[in-house]
Amino acid sequence: MIRVTDPGPQTTVQDLGRVGHLRSGIPPSGPVDVRAFVIANRLVGNPDNAAGLECTVLGPRFTVEQACAIAVTGAEAPVTVNDEPAAQWATLELARGASVRIGAARAGVRIYVAFSGGLDVPAALGSRATYLRGRLGGLEGRSLRRGDVLTRLSAPAPPLARRLAAAQIPALEKEPEIRVVLGPQADRFTAEGLAAFLSSPYQMLPQSDRMGARLSGPRITHSRGHDIVSDGIALGAIQVPGDGQPIVLLVDRQSTGGYTKVATVGSFDIGRIGQVKPGQPVRFRAVEVAEAHRLRRQWVQALAEAAGGAVAA
Amino acid sequence: MALSVELGDEISVETNTRVRALEFLIQQKGLEGVVETVPSFRSLLVYYDPGRVGYETLCAALGALAEQASTAVLPPARLVELPCCYDPELGPDLEAAAQRLGMTPDELIRLHSSAEYLVYFVGFTPGLPYMAGVPERIQLPRLTTPRVKVPAGSVGLGGAQFCIYSVDSPGGYWLLGRTPVRLYDPESVEPTLLRAGDRVRMRPVDRAEYDAILARVEARVYRPVIA
Repeated sequence: MIRVTDPGPQTTVQDLGRVGHLRSGIPPSGPVDVRAFVIANRLVGNPDNAAGLECTVLGPRFTVEQACAIAVTGAEAPVTVNDEPAAQWATLELARGASVRIGAARAGVRIYVAFSGGLDVPAALGSRATYLRGRLGGLEGRSLRRGDVLTRLSAPAPPLARRLAAAQIPALEKEPEIRVVLGPQADRFTAEGLAAFLSSPYQMLPQSDRMGARLSGPRITHSRGHDIVSDGIALGAIQVPGDGQPIVLLVDRQSTGGYTKVATVGSFDIGRIGQVKPGQPVRFRAVEVAEAHRLRRQWVQALAEAAGGAVAA
Repeated sequence: MALSVELGDEISVETNTRVRALEFLIQQKGLEGVVETVPSFRSLLVYYDPGRVGYETLCAALGALAEQASTAVLPPARLVELPCCYDPELGPDLEAAAQRLGMTPDELIRLHSSAEYLVYFVGFTPGLPYMAGVPERIQLPRLTTPRVKVPAGSVGLGGAQFCIYSVDSPGGYWLLGRTPVRLYDPESVEPTLLRAGDRVRMRPVDRAEYDAILARVEARVYRPVIA
């Protein structure tokens, strides 16, 4: 059992998410930074889809009532075990009664914690991922509270203690370049609007959440109105409402919407934009569909090799 | 990865029927590499796994299926009857809407509850139906100032659209009444009630029946009539 002594501002149980329910308005949820989440699972010997924690900006404090292994990945944050500093991106063997504290992120936003065996919460629509707005999945469809008790599924065997090679730890850049495919409504913007979008830095706003990353920068001007007949919203779709400011839709997004979409962030860069702190800038670069496919294959390949795991189905 | 198949520009039953027919054909054929689909008014968003199907191959397969997408391929629609209480406390805009339309509240209730609505698609929030079939005589522009919070179950009119709020959310539709039935219940095995293509009718109920049904909904023993 894991006893939560301090949950942090928003800590939720996530697995790789639920598939097939967007047509009912239910988003996939799951980790924003899939790569960091999957690596944490592999470091404790779990399947990629095992349920773990996603923490936002500030990590939790918890004690474990049985010996187990954990791994902390994602945003860079101080980790202590019984008040002794411990490494991120590494298997941490915890003795019975150990107390873990994960502090404030120094770089990045989302911290992941995997537990050997994976967290045991009831699956909803085939997934343990928490969808906060829909009060679905995870622990009672909500973020963790002080005093919550989480249980683990039994782990088949204690994992071999490992540490991710430094070269494999994703860099948290100061001004990441996010690759996008233009469309589906890029034709609804002026040439100046598109040029601004692709050449200027955009700052992450604090209102950003798992539904969408809200950014602020030079206005992306429309040529003929900002409303469209509502249609489906893909992961990474960049909506531009009337104020000309972009919103990148993430894992808890609405399934459909009526604002023009200037471009779509490649799935391989979702985790990177999800680690951008409020106030930090990003830049967008357009790539062709074929190039996006190549980048995705590269990303899948790199993930397959990271921490010696197999790729998730 | 996803691609959007657009079958028209406008909101019409005809275009939307082709969208739903295309989705149905994809499900029937079990098109390789398709992960999930999201129908909307005039387009179908198709999520796919590029590791299992190439972009060009998928585009060609979808193009061929789109040719066959028509009403003829769709299975018969379900008819869902939802109780609706037009009490002014639950439908705070009923009176004003009727006044604006130049009719009595009773006439508005009669017109609203005698129509049959088609669910174009379900989306935006979990289980929220976008519906066609609002009689022309009761069409109204949306409210100029949207409400910050509309309770789940509220039955709203806006233009040619009719919707039932599935969760508490902001909203700009005229609220005529409320259904005690939950369109979204995260604790249920099947959390959403309505699907794209369903036909929906509202059955007027008085406050006493509304409260009685609500009690049964909360006790999880109520099932709406689905034919």
